[in-house]
Amino acid sequence: MNTDTANIANKYLTFVLATEEYAVDILRVQEIKGWSKVTMIPSTPDYICGVINLRGTIVPIIDLRVRFSLEQKEYGAMTVVVVVKVMSNNGKERIMGIVVDAVSDVYDVAENEIKPPPDFGSVISTEFVRGLATVDDKMVIVLDIDRLLNSNELAIVDILSEK
Amino acid sequence: MPIDLTEVRELFFEESFENLDMMESNLLDLEVGRIDKELINGIFRAAHSIKGGAGIFSFEHIVNFAHAAETLLDEMRNGEHIVTQSLIDLLLRSGDVLRMMLSALQENTDYDIQEAQACQDELQSALKDSMENPFADIDVADMLAAPVTKPATSEKPPSSATNKGWRIVFKPDLSMLKTGNDPINLFRELASNGELEVKVDTSQIPAFAELDPQACYLNWELTLLADTERAAIDEIFEWVEDDCELHITALDSESPPSLPLQKEGEPTLEAAPALDKSEAPTVEAAKEPADKREESGVGRIIGSVKDTKHTHSATHHATEANSIRVGIDKIDNLINMVGELVITQSMLDQIGENLDNSHVTQLRDGLAQLERNTRELQESVMRIRMLPISFSFNRFGRLVHDLGTQLGKKVELKLSGEHTELDKTVLEKMSDPLVHLVRNALDHGIETPEQRRAAGKPETGVLHLHAFHQGGNIIIQISDDGAGFDVQKIRAKAIQKGLLSHEERPTNEQLYEFIFQPGFSTIEQVSDLSGRGVGMDVVRRNIRALGGTIEVKSKRGQGSTFSIRLPLTLAILDGQLVRVGQEIYILPLLSIIESLRAKPKLVNSLAGSAQVYRLRDEYIPILRLYDLFGITPRTTQLEQGLLVMVEGDGQKMGLFVDELLSQQQIVIKSLESNYQKVEGISGATILGDGSVALILDVAGLIRLFHTQIPQKRPNFRSSL
Repeated sequence: MNTDTANIANKYLTFVLATEEYAVDILRVQEIKGWSKVTMIPSTPDYICGVINLRGTIVPIIDLRVRFSLEQKEYGAMTVVVVVKVMSNNGKERIMGIVVDAVSDVYDVAENEIKPPPDFGSVISTEFVRGLATVDDKMVIVLDIDRLLNSNELAIVDILSEK
Repeated sequence: MPIDLTEVRELFFEESFENLDMMESNLLDLEVGRIDKELINGIFRAAHSIKGGAGIFSFEHIVNFAHAAETLLDEMRNGEHIVTQSLIDLLLRSGDVLRMMLSALQENTDYDIQEAQACQDELQSALKDSMENPFADIDVADMLAAPVTKPATSEKPPSSATNKGWRIVFKPDLSMLKTGNDPINLFRELASNGELEVKVDTSQIPAFAELDPQACYLNWELTLLADTERAAIDEIFEWVEDDCELHITALDSESPPSLPLQKEGEPTLEAAPALDKSEAPTVEAAKEPADKREESGVGRIIGSVKDTKHTHSATHHATEANSIRVGIDKIDNLINMVGELVITQSMLDQIGENLDNSHVTQLRDGLAQLERNTRELQESVMRIRMLPISFSFNRFGRLVHDLGTQLGKKVELKLSGEHTELDKTVLEKMSDPLVHLVRNALDHGIETPEQRRAAGKPETGVLHLHAFHQGGNIIIQISDDGAGFDVQKIRAKAIQKGLLSHEERPTNEQLYEFIFQPGFSTIEQVSDLSGRGVGMDVVRRNIRALGGTIEVKSKRGQGSTFSIRLPLTLAILDGQLVRVGQEIYILPLLSIIESLRAKPKLVNSLAGSAQVYRLRDEYIPILRLYDLFGITPRTTQLEQGLLVMVEGDGQKMGLFVDELLSQQQIVIKSLESNYQKVEGISGATILGDGSVALILDVAGLIRLFHTQIPQKRPNFRSSL
């Protein structure tokens, strides 16, 4: 591996879900906002809370707790929505909001500090996990946000609508 | 680092395609045997602009090709050719080749070089005199294969071995000196090539009093005794050729140098309104005798259109243009509106500064004005997206012409209402369905001349495309005076396909519905026109996707008419807000028939599960929206809410909602840009309070309802 690029630290925004800390590439984060009322969309998976109006565009909101089968929490004034840019497989950029418990910190993580996730076989799907990094003796899960938000229903229907 | 030409390049492509469209429509208007200068000039200009533009980007093969077409056109313009059908067909084909080359360049793909070369060969052999001057043998394939080879005028001299020299007749325009060109420099340059004899013609010099000291009144006849190449001389005159009349002839050629070419100089200088020809074509004209000899190609076959359709259909699908041309009047109008809006704003501002009860009337007036301004502004902005339908209609000239020839049918295309404006997106999406309908009309509708004669109809069939506004819709009609539908055949086919039983006696209208069934065709032999992949079912689906409908009327022996009804625009709709539980949904006003409070005795249950409502003499299924969407409603009792009768896909349905809210204009926002398509939802909008409301798609809801009924049965019973 090229050590020059591997040593360059990228900035990651981390957020907390239950007891776990997750990191996303900070360049993908568009903004962090508080909870606002969503409009429910019928016949969608339950982790899609609905859509909100973000300055004139309709943005879907995804609850990561539900997505990761964690216990669902009441939404309230303390709920945080991280608005991220997601690249589809066809290169289209989409804006989505993810509901998290709290935003934690911004870390510098070098590419070579991110270790591949251990293989749990079929017990736990690790396909959205780009790797694990250690920051201040804590484990941070680095998410592959494109994979996560293009997976399953989102991606399948995307292909259909492309036709 | 060179200048970034990408943007300009796109512009060039867009303009070139426009030029090609114009070329095509002008060509189709040409009448055999008549030289319509105006039309030919138009075609010439189109070809010339493409050539010029291609030159900037060094698309040499396009330059060469366009040049060949241009030369032929110029000869036509000068009356050296009779306009024949084969010539028109050849030029149409050239247009196709140019289009193919351009789209290949635009998309960085390859094109059919052989077709291009064959066509260019034909163009050249069609040129006047090409037969008599067969010396040159420029290999067109070489030029095409190596697009980087420099100049458009080829280097090969005609009969260079026997060349004794050149006679040059040089008649500068009066204005030549003003452009900074000095003839003496040209002559010096010429003289450097060999012995130069200069004769000056001073006959044009006016009386001293009228003499303009800045004008050039002199003409020259030069004889250059040197074995120079023609290209070398062309190069010397390159900078002045736009400002002069120039004839270059080889000395050994017997013909007198001056062709009777009439010079139509720069309009600013000469009193005569020089048609609308710019100076450039004249230069081409002057250069032409030489070019003709140089480029006379290897091909000999004139005319013969082969497989024009192939290139035609391939190119029509080219990339959808994503810029739009807007009339200046629309922009001006918009600027006025914004001006008014600013005035209203400052007025409101003033009122707001010291607001008390005495200003309430003023405030109300101001707000009313603001509302009017906003609405007008909105309408004007929408109008920018509107294009006249002629953009779509004009293509059909070519299609009808080609298909008519191919099928051996005589068809006259009539267009009316082509100035009717329609949203650009709708227009683009309508183009395929329209092509299909026109194709069908020609293939199945209009009969051959013999059949028509036998039926006592004029040999030439008429295909009429008509567009007009009706209410908030635009209606496009495609009618032909052909054979009409064979009701018996449709019936037989429907029975054969198991769509109809022998006993049923449907009305003609019901029978016509069958043609929209997938895979339904009464045609026994499959021509290359039928079975093109877009069936009538796809036509109808496309139209429905735009929120439109299609209807058929037909009379055996007298023809058929397809009427397409489309919404004017896709971006805004009149909506009815409805409430279900805590949620607010929007129903397009157009899909609502009526709203009513259900009377319990008119509600019947069907097969123990579904419910129908008797509305006058119809039974309409009831769809409980809360049930379908899984919402907790305010009430499940039909008589406590409202039934909104809606229609979609030709089916009626009673939507059960809690209450109706206001009606308002809705700006449609895409749900798909950040999310995905949701069945039953056509989009979203933002309400006055900033929250999002979903727009219901009635046809989708009905589909959803049909697929959900089985598992929802218990729910229906329990909610009774």
